[in-house]
Amino acid sequence: MDRLKIATAWMGGCSGCHMSFLDLDEWLFDLAAAVDVVYSPVIDVKVYPRGVDVCLIEGAVANEDNLELLLQIRERTRILVAFGDCAVTGNVTAMRNPLGNADPVLNRAYLRPEDLHPRLPAEPGILPALLPRVLPIQEAVPVDYYIPGCPPPAARIRAILQQLVAGQVPTQTGADLTYG
Amino acid sequence: MAAKTLTIDGRLISAAEDQTVLQAAKDAGIQIPTLCHLEGLSDIGACRLCVVEVAGSNKLLPACVTRIAEGMQVRTDTERLRHYRRMVLELLFAERNHVCAVCVANGHCELQALALALGMDHVRFEYRFPKYSVDITHHSFGIDHNRCILCTRCVRVCWYIEGAGTKNVAGRGAECRIITDLNQSWGTSETCTSCGKCVQACPTGALFKRGSAVAEMERDRTRLEFIVNAREKKQWIV
Ligand code: SF4
Ligand code: SF4
Ligand code: FES
Repeated sequence: MDRLKIATAWMGGCSGCHMSFLDLDEWLFDLAAAVDVVYSPVIDVKVYPRGVDVCLIEGAVANEDNLELLLQIRERTRILVAFGDCAVTGNVTAMRNPLGNADPVLNRAYLRPEDLHPRLPAEPGILPALLPRVLPIQEAVPVDYYIPGCPPPAARIRAILQQLVAGQVPTQTGADLTYG
Repeated sequence: MAAKTLTIDGRLISAAEDQTVLQAAKDAGIQIPTLCHLEGLSDIGACRLCVVEVAGSNKLLPACVTRIAEGMQVRTDTERLRHYRRMVLELLFAERNHVCAVCVANGHCELQALALALGMDHVRFEYRFPKYSVDITHHSFGIDHNRCILCTRCVRVCWYIEGAGTKNVAGRGAECRIITDLNQSWGTSETCTSCGKCVQACPTGALFKRGSAVAEMERDRTRLEFIVNAREKKQWIV
């Protein structure tokens, strides 16, 4: 059988899920021996490749770049895993949703009276615009599996990856489904 | 009191005739998930997590407000029940804003615990993300409506255990919410005795002690249990 092509992506999240992934320490050597990591914030690849088997997505869909990349990932990936609470529920990233759109948080962060020249960041083509509503991954594209947790503990990530690498349907029960 | 016999999950059980299916199951060591039920408070059947199947009825019946009957055949754990319980849970999560990672009740929350007990790996409904307020005008306690599931445990404990009648329910449907007295800020209440029973009764992070940070809101139900025992069983000494 061909080696599994695995990717990870980082959207609107704090990177804590990826930190937890790196927390797998020496097991990462075993993983690297069994699969090819073809796209990830921790490797230097700019374009999401075609024919990816599994992609773990950290973070919610918060800006236009997130959405564009997510649609591309879904199209080019067999198994998509929502990775962590922000991906699964929106979590902290989506806490601005009840405010209506992105303006209140942008204004609060950039138009502060104590700043000398307050202005909203605007760099078209460089800085992606925030979406009016932050989406959990499954509200934007179909998702195959979910790993809740903020962040998911390393052991939980390992259990899912082991099952996927072995070609099994990942099953999680009990404490492996803890949010927060 | 006369006893009745019934079967729960195929087991023959005899129970006092005034018991509910939930009590009879509990006495027989059969766990049914609950959320609005709290030992010592009258049940109102609000959350529907405790639904069971009863032979001869097409409807699912809430175990906490269904009396047992002679010859009743009850099932507490079927595919159909799991399907609806999970749906109820997902609707509760989609209805308001639950962010466990930054919640005072993280790790001590009955809603969060049920999510893992019932295998809720995600919510299939669109989240509503409604806008709700937090009232921290009381000197000791606060209420965060974002986390409230409208179980009304706080209302019942306030009316029937403390006898203050401060907490109430107002509005209908999506507008439904817990209010203080005549819909005023908690700090201005003249009826609230600041006993904190509502805070101890709440299953989620909605009611909390002021100053609690993430995951710090642990409940102590022993005071409630003590009062209920004293009243119902006349046992005054712990
Ligand atoms: S109330 Fe419970 S379910 Fe809701 S955010 Fe807090 S811990 Fe999570
Ligand atoms: S504040 Fe707590 S106890 Fe009161 S209805 Fe809401 S969830 Fe239930
Ligand atoms: S526990 Fe029976 S309906 Fe809530």
